[in-house]
Parts: sequence; structure tokens; C-alpha cells
Amino acid sequence: MTKKQKKSLRNIIISAVIFVLLIIFTHIDILPQLFHNMWITLILYLVPYLIVGFSVIRKAVLGIAHKQLLDESFLMTIATIGAFATGEYSEAVAVMLFYQVGEFFQQYAVKKSRNSIKELMDIAPETANLEHDDGSIEEIFPDEVEIGNILVVKPGEKIPVDGVVTEGSSFINTSALTGESVPRSAKPGDSIISGCINGDSLIKIRATKIYEDSTVAKILELVENASEKKSVTENFITRFARYYTPIVVICALILAIIPPIILGDPLTWIYRACTFLVISCPCALVISVPLSFFGGIGAASKNGVLVKGSNYLELMASIHTIVTDKTGTLTKGEFKVNKIVPAGDISSDVIDKINKIKDGVSVPEDIILTAAYIAEQMSTHPIALSIKEAASAKGISLSESIISDLKNVTGKGVIANLTTSDCILAGNESLIKAENIDVPASLESTEAEKQATIVHIAFNNTYLGKLLISDTIKENAAKAISKIKQEGVKEVIMLTGDLKSTGEAVGHELNVTKVYSELLPEDKVNKIEEIIENVGEINKVAFIGDGINDAPVLSRADVGIAMGSMGSDAAIEAADIVIMDDNLMHIPAVIKIARKTVGIARQNIIFALFVKILILILGALGIANMWAAVFADVGVAVICILNSMRMLGNKKY
Amino acid sequence: MKKRFALEDLDCAHCAQKMEDAINKLEGVKKASVNFMQQKLTLEADDDVFEEVLKKAQEEIKKVEPDCCIVK
Repeated sequence: MTKKQKKSLRNIIISAVIFVLLIIFTHIDILPQLFHNMWITLILYLVPYLIVGFSVIRKAVLGIAHKQLLDESFLMTIATIGAFATGEYSEAVAVMLFYQVGEFFQQYAVKKSRNSIKELMDIAPETANLEHDDGSIEEIFPDEVEIGNILVVKPGEKIPVDGVVTEGSSFINTSALTGESVPRSAKPGDSIISGCINGDSLIKIRATKIYEDSTVAKILELVENASEKKSVTENFITRFARYYTPIVVICALILAIIPPIILGDPLTWIYRACTFLVISCPCALVISVPLSFFGGIGAASKNGVLVKGSNYLELMASIHTIVTDKTGTLTKGEFKVNKIVPAGDISSDVIDKINKIKDGVSVPEDIILTAAYIAEQMSTHPIALSIKEAASAKGISLSESIISDLKNVTGKGVIANLTTSDCILAGNESLIKAENIDVPASLESTEAEKQATIVHIAFNNTYLGKLLISDTIKENAAKAISKIKQEGVKEVIMLTGDLKSTGEAVGHELNVTKVYSELLPEDKVNKIEEIIENVGEINKVAFIGDGINDAPVLSRADVGIAMGSMGSDAAIEAADIVIMDDNLMHIPAVIKIARKTVGIARQNIIFALFVKILILILGALGIANMWAAVFADVGVAVICILNSMRMLGNKKY
Repeated sequence: MKKRFALEDLDCAHCAQKMEDAINKLEGVKKASVNFMQQKLTLEADDDVFEEVLKKAQEEIKKVEPDCCIVK
């Protein structure tokens, strides 16, 4: 509590005690000589009124000086003065008292939710232990760390910057970032993410990024900025509030002036106008809607999902179509060479030439693998990585590349010209056809083989054979997709660069609604535009990708979701929603959180408007008194805030 | 230059909106936002007039909420 809050709590208590005593005295008719005199009673009631209301009246006066006439302090002051003027002393005090209680509670609630988010984002490392060349250790601030520094991380400490483990092995608790409670093991050579907590033993890391570029700094920046992107609901409420207060105040004025002229009895109408002023503050709405979204974003981050703005959370609540990339998103993206199929015997000429580059290879399968390895050596594509892995498992490796010229045909394969003036082609069927290389009829792919990615290998335009490479589908992919559909998503569309047969096979297994295959990276943007056009203006489209090659698609979709993004700042930047690990179950979870958040925001709006309008009508008719008006203002605000705070629990989605 | 400041005793959400509107109308302000939930002011203005703009922003804030001040 700040000083101001403590003071206001004290005033509320003192004032409430005096107020209750006054009420009791009035009712049991003690000291009649005091309470039967109107002026003395007024002075007695003014005591608790001024104790609790002084700050409000002061603000109202200052507000008049600054031309802030529709300020709520001003309105409350006028309403309570009006109540005093019409002889309703106890109601005047009650209105001010409850108004202050409500204000106090609002501040408390907002502070509490702010702290709960802060706690959650308590991932910022405070210090780093820099190890000097002579072995001495110096404690420095994380932002003083330079790339290449060796840092010592003791058990229980936060990893200060992104880096690579150089010594020691430990278990790392990533739960603050991913929501995943099972610690990950880290051993020398593993890259490690800042913000995670080192588990049981001391490790040394080499910094690969400065603090500012490290994951933890990026995440903190993102969370800080999240509530600046406002949702449609929030904007609606802000705009609504701008009109609501003036309209209610004008109604109050009309009520105080016109009926008395016609019907007389000015005091009754002034009292009714004052109830209007009490209801005219829009604070319940203005506070509860952002509070729900704030809580929703907080709940998402507790579950390992970073949402960059309330607007994206709102869109996710009613998302119509989810488009997903296949490789790395639905599948593990870990390719394996499953089978090598040679096209008959390989001519001794080819064997000789291959052996000049790498000797001791004679089996046809190994020759094909060696050729593939040479061509793909420089490439970092997942397919190429699988070939390199298969080669190294067989002991095939070259210390340096012998490629003189490499032609990378995007989405199709590579053509490598070698320093030995040979040429190796590694690619899919369309590349083979484009280069006019004959494939023996016996090697045409069978249906079963089509589920895999096929890399054909040709050496100096002679077809050698093919490699069958396949990817594994993530264990929970099918379950996640069925959950996504259960959450009300109409269509789940898969995009892939793979062959139609491969794509459809995976799509069928995962039960997606549509598959678009054989797409080059640039086609994916066109495809998503086409999908966005097809679903129409009202329906929104989300895209899930791993953020590595699909940044343009991520930004083109209404909501771009990047997965498995720990450590990839490019993905964190391009996406609107970032899922820290690669668990697909987070997608239905975030939809659920979004729907709950938007639901709460809507409940608050409808409830608050309903009660306020009802009390306004009843107040104008003289049925609802000022007590009801106080409830419509403060009571509703408190209920809405409590409702919003439901999002702040520690629930796992 | 874009800087973020904490606001102390910012008590009402509606007031935060009013402050934001008022500060955005100040001369030299590129973009300002007042975040009630985080009790923060984000102010973007030209470097050479920044301090001056900040002072004016404080005045605007005082007009809406007399007790609210920018923590520097």
C-alpha cells in the first residue's frame, strides 16, 4: 500500500465508525435534543462526510480549476451536496463512503493483478558471474556481459544471457518460460536460454548474445508492450465512456429542471438527478475490461504462451480457420534417411570418381549416400541435415567442401558443381525431369514410398538412385487438432512444400480439413491470402509455423503463431503469439483462455450496462434511491473486478 | 526518443485515458500512451525537446489527477 492508500483506508474506517454510531443514535432516539434539530444533525453528519470525502472534494475543486467538469470526483461531490440539500444526510454520507470503499478496492485489485503478472514475469536475471582468464570470478550486471564471455551459473541462479554450455551438466528449469514443469538436461555443447533457472549443479556457459538480444530481454519487452495493443472490446469501452458520462449528466440536468417546472416539487427531482450523477461514472467498465485481458494474457504466459496484445487474444477467441505448416510444426522436423534404393549397378567410372573424393566406398547404397552428402554438405535444410547425419553414421565425412558452384533450386533440391569438374544433382522428381535425367521404370515411386520425401541423386546426369527420407508426426498432433476443432475452429488447413501424396497422407492421419501441398515458400503467402479471402471479412485466420522460414506468412495472417521459439528471436519478432516450446496442445489451450477472457469481458459489459440502465430508469421514476445508485456504481465495479480476477488463478489450460 | 516512466497514484482507468488524450495533443509529442494496468507512461518525442515535453506531460497529468506524478 502506498502512503495515500493507507491514509484513505484509515479515513474510511474512522468515517464508517462515526457513521454507524450516528445511524444507531438516530434510530434508538438517544439524545433527542440533538437529533431533532436539523442543523445539529447536519453538522454531525458532515463530520464523517468530510473525513472520508475530503480528498474527493479537493480533487473536484482542483478539477474545476482545470476545467475537468465531468471528472467523477466532481460528479460525486455534486451528487452528495445535492443529497444534503434535499435533507438526505445519511445517504449523502453513505454515497461518499461507499464510493471511497469502491475506489480503495479497485486500487487493491488492480495492484494485486499487476503484482501477479510481475511475479510471473520474474525472469529477469539480476547478476552474472563473469569468469576471467585467470580463473577469478567477478559479479557483473547482465547487460555488461559481452559475447564470448565465460559465465559461471550456480545452482538456483537464473541464466543471465543466451549461451552455450562449456562445462558441467545440470538440469534446467524452464517452467517460467515454457510452463513445462519437467526440467531439461543441459550438457556441454547444448545451447541454453536466458531466464531459465539452473537446477542442481554448477555450469559454465559461453555467452552467445548480449543481454539486450537475449530471449529473456525480448520476452520482457514483449510482455511490457502487450497491453498497449488494445482489443476491439477495450476500444469500444473507451469510446463508450466518452459519451456515457456526458449523456447521463445531461439527463440529470434535464431531470432537475424540466419536471419541477411542470410538476413542482423541486427537491424530489433534484434528489433523483443526484442518483443519476452517482451512476454516471463509467469506471466499472473502463477498468474491468482491460483487467480481464490483462489477466488473460497473464494466464497465457503462465501456460508458456506469450500473447503480444489483447487484440490477438480477442481474435483467437473467435478464430475461424487455423492454417498450419507441416514440417517442424505438426511433425518433429527430424528427418531420417530410412532407405536408399540404387538404380541397379553403378558404373565403375562413377565409383572411381567418387572414390577420388572419398576413398573406400564401394557398396552402391554408400556411393549414393556419399554423392548426396557431397552435394548437400553446405546446406542446412532439415533434409540435408538428415543426409549428413546418415553419412556420418556410416563414417562418411569430408574435412572440406569440394563444391565450386552450388545452385540451390528452392523447394526442389540442389545442383552442385565440384572442383573435380563433376556434377551432382540431389533433388525431387520435378528437378530430375527439368534436368532431363531418365529414371528407370523400376524406380518409379510406389504408393507406400510416396509418404516419404524422396531425394533423387544423379552424378554427371546419370541417375544413381534415390533416398527415402521421412519425418515423424508429433505424438500429440492428432489430439491437438481434434481439440482445436472442439474449441470451435471450423477449418484446420495444412500447408506443405512436400509432394501431394506425402502431404495428403499426413493430413489424413491428422484429420485436418484441407491440405495444400507442393508449395514453395513464396506460394505459402499467396495461399494464406487466398484462404483469408475465401473465409470472408468477418472470419479470422491464424497461421502456425516454426517461425524460421515463414515470417512473411506469420505476419500476413490475422494472427501469426510461432512455435518452438525458445531462442529464436526472429520468430518472437514476427509472430503475434509465441509458443515457447513445441507442444501443440498449447494451441487449443490458448483458444480456451482467449474465449474465457472475452467471455468475462462481455459478462462485465452486459452486467454493468444492464444494472446501470435499470437503476437509471428506476431512479428517474423515483423507485430506486441513492443506495441503489451506489450499488450500481461501486457494487458493480467491485463485482466486475472480482469477475475479471478469475483469470488470474494458477490454472493449467 | 522513446522512454517509459512509472506513474504513482494513478487511480482511475478513465483518467488514464484522459491523460493519454491530453498528452498526445501536446506539441512535440510523437506518441504517448498511459497504461493504467501497469501504471506507466510511454512517451515518444524528439530528443531536443524531450525534457520540456515531459514537464508539460506532468502538468497535464496533474490537471486530470492532482496527486498523480511521473516517477523519474
